[in-house]
Amino acid sequence: MRPVGKEGDEEAMAFLDRAARSLFLTELVSGLALTFSYMFKPKVTLNYPYEKGPISSRFRGEHVLRRYANGEERCIACKLCEAVCPALAITIEAEPRNDGSRRTTRYDIDMTKCIYCGLCQEACPVDAVVMGPNFEFSTENREELFYNKQKLLANGDRWEAEIAQNLAAEAPYR
Amino acid sequence: MAEFFNGFLLPLIIIVLKILAITVPLLVAVAFMTYAERKIMGAMQLRQGPSLVGPFGLLQPFADGLKLFAKEQILPEGANRVVFYIAPMITFFLALVAWAVIPFDYGVVLSNINVGVLYLFAISSLGVYGIVMAGWASNSRYAFLGALRSAAQMVSYEVSMGLIIITVLLCVGSLNLTDIVRAQETIWFAIPLFPMFIMFFISALAETNRSPFDLPEGESELVAGFMVEYSSAPFALFFLGEYANMILMSAMTSILFLGGWLSPLPFAPFTWIPGVVWFALKISACLFTFVWVRATMPRYRYDQLMRLGWKVFLPFSLFWVVLTAGVLVTFGWLPK
Repeated sequence: MRPVGKEGDEEAMAFLDRAARSLFLTELVSGLALTFSYMFKPKVTLNYPYEKGPISSRFRGEHVLRRYANGEERCIACKLCEAVCPALAITIEAEPRNDGSRRTTRYDIDMTKCIYCGLCQEACPVDAVVMGPNFEFSTENREELFYNKQKLLANGDRWEAEIAQNLAAEAPYR
Repeated sequence: MAEFFNGFLLPLIIIVLKILAITVPLLVAVAFMTYAERKIMGAMQLRQGPSLVGPFGLLQPFADGLKLFAKEQILPEGANRVVFYIAPMITFFLALVAWAVIPFDYGVVLSNINVGVLYLFAISSLGVYGIVMAGWASNSRYAFLGALRSAAQMVSYEVSMGLIIITVLLCVGSLNLTDIVRAQETIWFAIPLFPMFIMFFISALAETNRSPFDLPEGESELVAGFMVEYSSAPFALFFLGEYANMILMSAMTSILFLGGWLSPLPFAPFTWIPGVVWFALKISACLFTFVWVRATMPRYRYDQLMRLGWKVFLPFSLFWVVLTAGVLVTFGWLPK
């Protein structure tokens, strides 16, 4: 039985409403109007190789080995980073230098193993190994990602300005 | 020798030049249509679209074309070699051959035949053959399913499309496309036949397998539908054919409902602009709507598509044919 009286009227009106809406394609038109209005909004694209987004001072990118201002390398071969590294990516060999100071003879990071957890830089007592702001170090073959001491020190020289700034910004929280 | 030249060779050269004058701009238009589509959809999705190749990315379509033709052609195992290669050619050929009867301005038409509408309708119906053959010859389930869907879809929407065209023909009294445009000198048919205009446009979307009716392609469930096995040049032919068909359908919409080459207002500053420009502008507006709809609507489900075609469009267009005929007869407006 169809409902009669007031209830029936309401149902009939609801049906008419729905029928009119679908007949005049109101939903399609409002959808089209929405996309049309979006056409004139500013674009959110970042032109990546030419523009880059902001990076946190805590960003954990490519590793570097830093030097003191007088050019002496900071690393004292305590091997804390090697010990703490959960991915076993760091390999260190060390022996005393001629002047009696303890330095590394080998400091390798296998970037294909590294999980970028940042524990090495947390562990370092002299801020020698630090993860810098560089994230664009992809290579065309695997071998180039096995970083040795020379490469890491070169990275340190290259990124020292940014890294010093980041470390200064993070100093109050350490 | 002179007789041979004047009687046979000269007309041949002239007709070939005329054909080139239509197809070359058409193919350039197809190239820039892909660019425009990516730019417009990018803008609607707050992206930039292609912007690196050439100024504003304008050379992107040519880079894409070059890439496509440089790729390896793959013939799938168990494919029917002849049909496999003929299918894209048919699609492309049919998309181009239809332009023979399109009037670009008064008298500017390759062949002004008296059954222009029928010719166009026949050619656009034949388009399904390229797709069915591609789906069948690929020896792939996805391609086959895509082809089946496409065949059913195009046939369904042709029925209502035919009825819509009949409505226009009732108002014109001629099948000649030039006559159809000239009959709209007082008022464009889009205004008195507005519902038919909308339905024709939606049917055109379905006919060209465009979103929201792009089920034959259906990348989410059929990978790429009927063209899944195609690569390189045959794929490029399908691609060109699809976009040329879109432009053709836009041209048909312009001729049947938007007054073809006529200027929107029949007085001085507007009539100075040549008809070809107005025609191109109207086609561009339709093409923009094609892209606009694609950027807005999600894809139809298959049963919804069939329901819309057979249960909504067919009765509605049939009703409008009867209504239009009734009105024309009652008020004595039937064209002589």
